Amino acid sequence: MTKTIRSHSELPQFTRRQVMVGAAGLTFAFAGCQNAADTSPDGTTFSSKEMSPWVTIGADGSVTIMSPAVEMGQGSRTSLPLILAEELDADWDKVHIAQAPPIESIYGNPGFGGMMYTAGSFAVFAYYTPLRIFGAQVRQVLLQNVARHWQVPVGELSTEPNTVVHTPTNRRIDYGTISSFAEVPEIAPEVSEATLKDPGEFRLIGKDVMRVELPQKIDGSAQYSIDVQLPGMIYGAVLRTPVFGGTPESVDKSKALEVDGVLAIEILPYGVGVLGETPWAAFEGKKALSVGWSIEGPGDTFNSRQGIEAFAKDARTRSRLTKAWEETGDVQSALNDAARTYEGEFRSDYAYHAQMEPLNAVASVSSDGKTCEIWCGTQAQGVAVAATADALGISPAQVKLNDMLLGGGFGRRGPRDQDFVIDAVLLSDRVKRPVKVMWTREDDLRNGRFHPMSASFVRAGVNADGQVTAWHHRKASDLATKSQDPVRYEAAGQTDFISMAGTEIKTYAIANKLSEQVAQHSGMRTIALRGIGYVHNKFVTEVLLDEIALGEGIDPVEYRLSLLNGQPRAKKVVEKAADMSNWGNTPDGHGLGVAYIDYKSQLAAVADVTVNSRSGAIKVHNIWVAIDCGIAVQPDNVIAQQMGCTVYGLGLALSESISMNQGIVEQTNFHNYIVPRMPDAPNIEIEIVHTSIPPTGAGQMATPLIAPAISNAVAAATGVRLRHMPMTPERVLSALNA
Amino acid sequence: MPISFKLNGESVSTNAPPETPLLWVIREGLKLTGTKFGCGAGLCGACMVHLDDQRTFSCQTPVSAVEGREVTTIEGLSSDSSHPVQKAWLAESVPQCGYCQSGQIMSAVDLLNRNPNPSREEIIGHMSTNICRCGTYPRIVQAIERAAREG
Repeated sequence: MTKTIRSHSELPQFTRRQVMVGAAGLTFAFAGCQNAADTSPDGTTFSSKEMSPWVTIGADGSVTIMSPAVEMGQGSRTSLPLILAEELDADWDKVHIAQAPPIESIYGNPGFGGMMYTAGSFAVFAYYTPLRIFGAQVRQVLLQNVARHWQVPVGELSTEPNTVVHTPTNRRIDYGTISSFAEVPEIAPEVSEATLKDPGEFRLIGKDVMRVELPQKIDGSAQYSIDVQLPGMIYGAVLRTPVFGGTPESVDKSKALEVDGVLAIEILPYGVGVLGETPWAAFEGKKALSVGWSIEGPGDTFNSRQGIEAFAKDARTRSRLTKAWEETGDVQSALNDAARTYEGEFRSDYAYHAQMEPLNAVASVSSDGKTCEIWCGTQAQGVAVAATADALGISPAQVKLNDMLLGGGFGRRGPRDQDFVIDAVLLSDRVKRPVKVMWTREDDLRNGRFHPMSASFVRAGVNADGQVTAWHHRKASDLATKSQDPVRYEAAGQTDFISMAGTEIKTYAIANKLSEQVAQHSGMRTIALRGIGYVHNKFVTEVLLDEIALGEGIDPVEYRLSLLNGQPRAKKVVEKAADMSNWGNTPDGHGLGVAYIDYKSQLAAVADVTVNSRSGAIKVHNIWVAIDCGIAVQPDNVIAQQMGCTVYGLGLALSESISMNQGIVEQTNFHNYIVPRMPDAPNIEIEIVHTSIPPTGAGQMATPLIAPAISNAVAAATGVRLRHMPMTPERVLSALNA
Repeated sequence: MPISFKLNGESVSTNAPPETPLLWVIREGLKLTGTKFGCGAGLCGACMVHLDDQRTFSCQTPVSAVEGREVTTIEGLSSDSSHPVQKAWLAESVPQCGYCQSGQIMSAVDLLNRNPNPSREEIIGHMSTNICRCGTYPRIVQAIERAAREG
């Protein structure tokens, strides 16, 4: 079945009698029902009943549901409306999905304080209960209307998909017909969580439906912002300062202006824009520019090879430069009292998102400069509107957003300044024409914002029985949260959660714990990347824990299980992954390594590797992943996401590295930023451990498991510990020869 | 002097400078946007089209090189997604973000056109030209095997 996906601008506007109802932390606008004769201010007659801005039921029985998250491949455009449809008992074949407009008071994610922000595996996790309650409220309104219409007690009514049934008489009426006489109350009916469906009654949740936009992704019709075509549109390319904070000081436009098709050169605060009749003209014009930059700040002298040494020194020797991320008990005393201690220094390089669609946006600023329409693939709709309004000095109400499909996000499209949108906005403002600005892949790397480079120093203490009693993790990294989003950084009490999340030990039974950050100020642009801080931090935790297990003479799976006593969800995934891998029966010459993470969802993985001692190359043969993400709303998609996470994690583990010299990114394209290709992908097996707790997230979950599982497998195969991501052949060789 | 060629069976022509990559002529000149820009360097495969009977990186092909020849894009594969590879792609729910998938499908069709029953190793070798950052590789393999089986 092919679903239509409507843009929100095609739907009726909700301008009247909106009653705000608070429910489960999410504010719903429960709009007044329109009479059939109602007309909007522009004279259009409504053909359907708006039950609320979330749901519109048409006379033909169509049920249009807003999707508040953006779609970047993770499946939220299907999963979120499906959750609402479940409790509404909508017929999925009649459901249409519309992208919600950027009204954060209505559609904001409760997990992000009401911000419309698609990230962190937070969409299904945080919207799940509010959307169920909301669907149930709409269903309740339908039932009440039928009860009144038929003069029967509401208790005698039940629902089947898109149909209300009077149980004693088996009289039936479909939702479309109800919408022709329904009245929506001023105040939404009370629905408590306890009255929602039992998971056993689900018709949609837990059953796989086709992701709604898939048919468009096999015939070339899916629309990303890079595909937008507008009458009179021209093309822009921007040569940006190579180091953050720089400005163009001297610009020689002459050669660029000679390029066939170049229309204009515009100086921007942070770079130089070239406008052309075609993309090729703009790109060629940009190449022909000669620009001298004025750069002030720490970034312009930064060299990442020296930087990581400085980070590592700080991680070893300094402390308490920022507040503790997690502190329980007295870690120093526990270390002093320990029977044995273990310690290790761990490093991770900068890493790049490499979303397949290079960053781009289209903007059209009106001739008077007072309104603007934008087309972009953003992970933060409200932020994109606000950044555009700020750039133009207009009100957000004068900005119209068309949020398009994202050709991958992985965190890159969420920063507060929406750098890739503002390029198009500023250039369109200069010429008052629609402008599509595309970054080349080289721009996307040069102007990248990266997973922060990190160095960690960890000390752990065990008692005479080999149980961990103390865990001290000190991490040196740039303040990624501050760099990505100063607003959220301040709101979080100046906490760098993007870097630090995952340094805490949530589930293992360890009495004395301290994790703390030694903030670095390299001047580099850092940001969230799929798996955020967990990627480095769980590499640290799981590799050192493995080393302790072997040091104490205990099997690494058994050791983890002993630390997870009383944590049945956690133990189950570790046992499952061990089972899947036939743990304990390692093929000759191979090594198996295990890793476990608590990322709200519970996951464990086992990697099976061999190491080429001559080249240093690690060959990953198999990866087995077990995930308990609570109720799997779309199980097949949960599996697809974990497969994707595994491949993504593989690249971060083995090959992906960004380096800088004089503050300038040294990688330029896919020949020197190496992402996994098909021959690199191991055999991947994913199993869901089903539980009936509400969903705990799936989109990025397996990513942080992969590097520690591989490092532990390499240790099992060779006896050598790898503590620097990525584990490139050069680093493997140097460890083997150490 | 305009450059003329056949695009999905129809005669088209362009006044683009001859060195312009075919990719930009298709996407922004002729407005068939299913073919994607990924790297501009023949490294990722998002721009893959068929030139006559051979898959080709359209970002590496100057438009002058296609004069008088036949170019097929994802839009020309079928009018109703009925090509066996497209059907297999849906049956295996391959796409995630979907951005690379036109190129993946064009590479897969090229493989099956010349080798209707490829081994797994042949599939992996052939498809190594195409990057999928969402990591759909396992499902791409399954879809190609399905298309070979059911094609």
